[in-house]
Amino acid sequence: MINASLKELAQALAAKKISSVELSTLFLDRIERLNPVFNAFVTVDREKSRKMALEADARIAAGTAGPLTGIPIAQKDIFCAEGWTTTCGSKMLANFVSPYDATVIRKMHGEAGMVSLGKTNMDEFAMGSSNETSYFGAVRNPWDRERVPGGSSGGSAAAIASRMAPAATGTDTGGSIRQPAALCNLTGLKPTYGLVSRYGMIAFASSLDQGGPMAASAEDCALLLNTMVGFDERDSTSLERPAEDYARGLGENSGDKPLAGLRIGLPKEFFGAGCDAGVMAAVQAAIAEYEKLGATCVEVSLPNSHLSVPAYYVIAPAEASSNLSRFDGVRYGFRAEEYANLDDMYMKSRAQGFGAEVKRRILIGTYVLSHGYYDAYYLQAQRIRRLIANDFVEAFKRCDVILGPTSPSTAFKLGEKAADPVQMYLSDIYTIAVNLAGLPGMSLPCGFAGGLPVGLQLIGNYFAESALLNVAHRYQQATDWHRRLPHGIE
Amino acid sequence: MSLTLEQVQRIAHLARVEISESEASTTRDHLNGIFELIEQMQAVNTSGVEPMAHAQDLSQRLRDDAVTDADRRAAFLAVAPETEAGLYLVPKVIE
Repeated sequence: MINASLKELAQALAAKKISSVELSTLFLDRIERLNPVFNAFVTVDREKSRKMALEADARIAAGTAGPLTGIPIAQKDIFCAEGWTTTCGSKMLANFVSPYDATVIRKMHGEAGMVSLGKTNMDEFAMGSSNETSYFGAVRNPWDRERVPGGSSGGSAAAIASRMAPAATGTDTGGSIRQPAALCNLTGLKPTYGLVSRYGMIAFASSLDQGGPMAASAEDCALLLNTMVGFDERDSTSLERPAEDYARGLGENSGDKPLAGLRIGLPKEFFGAGCDAGVMAAVQAAIAEYEKLGATCVEVSLPNSHLSVPAYYVIAPAEASSNLSRFDGVRYGFRAEEYANLDDMYMKSRAQGFGAEVKRRILIGTYVLSHGYYDAYYLQAQRIRRLIANDFVEAFKRCDVILGPTSPSTAFKLGEKAADPVQMYLSDIYTIAVNLAGLPGMSLPCGFAGGLPVGLQLIGNYFAESALLNVAHRYQQATDWHRRLPHGIE
Repeated sequence: MSLTLEQVQRIAHLARVEISESEASTTRDHLNGIFELIEQMQAVNTSGVEPMAHAQDLSQRLRDDAVTDADRRAAFLAVAPETEAGLYLVPKVIE
């Protein structure tokens, strides 16, 4: 049961083979046993979960259940959930019990009737690629406990990979869903910017942040995405789109060329130096598999993609410095114990409440927005952002989907990059451009290098989630990488 | 570009983040490393390129100026570090 797909779990619940209370207890017991090893959850509340499961069972009994009613899920601790401690991985919010639900939470709890198992660990304010910046300690990768799970949605990734949860929410500002999915052998999707409401999702860089699903397969992600998207008047950048069923058409492969006619673009910049040989070998094998499924590959170019990391480390910190100014020790969050006056209270509360990486990014953002530097840094970064987005427009004239590695390496060792921010930033070299352009992107398992999972990245055009999920699903029908489990977890 | 310790302290003050003298030099080194990465942008000629602030080219939505939220005053005050008589409490601002 712990390795069942969401569809199988839904069928078991509908057929009354298992109740939601039994199912969530199964996962909560695993959390109790395994979380001390992996540190994937920062908050678990069995009573709250049980209450939701009872409500779900009542809906199932009454015949008013939706497709995911009663299915357990782990929530990244960036989503405010009423009555739940919502920390965002920070000392600043260590005691913050949210008085309201994020829209994503409201949709999952209220409309879908899903059962939250707890809140997952993450890099502080989603700023990190290894989960090591969390105030609540590092998360261990279930594939190798001496290695990182990736970040910032590292707790969500480790929770699913160790089967403490069948699925989880994540958020992705520069790769925070896709990179941990890659490092933990999962499937994760960052939707087109504006599809999933940001209301109640603690803001890091508002023009880039986007919530999305993480699970074992593309089909699971499609079902989750169905519950997450939708126009929300409480998010000023939420998009009004006709509803669609992202799981439609994700059946079994019929014929041996289900992807005939699909044009896959291979950006030459993603296949040059800078990517580990083992990762590249797995990606090349995936390309060969896609050709077997009927797809044709064309070389495309994203000539400005090497500028995505520099531009991102201006834009994201600039937005973060503004967003995080709300943490002033007055209305919520941490306040220093001793201070001389109001200004000193701000200075000390923020110095003691934020960790080193968050402070670095606030300082970068403050500097690039300050008088005399705004044009040279902030506006220049925004112009480069345009160039990067235009590169994708050109590339999509020649292909339907873009393919490449998600991350240049497999999971690295705990502590390996923690002391060198720039090395850490470069682990998102293939994912960041997607956020800058606002495109949908996903990562799916495509093999192993040195025993560690390798992620394959698929990038789609705006609103092409269905096509993207289909391209991933066809591959997962023909391969079993996404079904592999870490040693000791089966 | 290379930041001095004085510049780091000035930025930290603008950001309202206290940085001790012992932290300042490590912070400066990290920031300088990051700015070395960022400086790669300066080699690019972007004249005539329209800055892109946002992924979606949409104008801000407007809504009616109407109250849509219930009164949650007590719930929102409950998460504050210090309150008194329904107000947020801060150190004395005016002497």
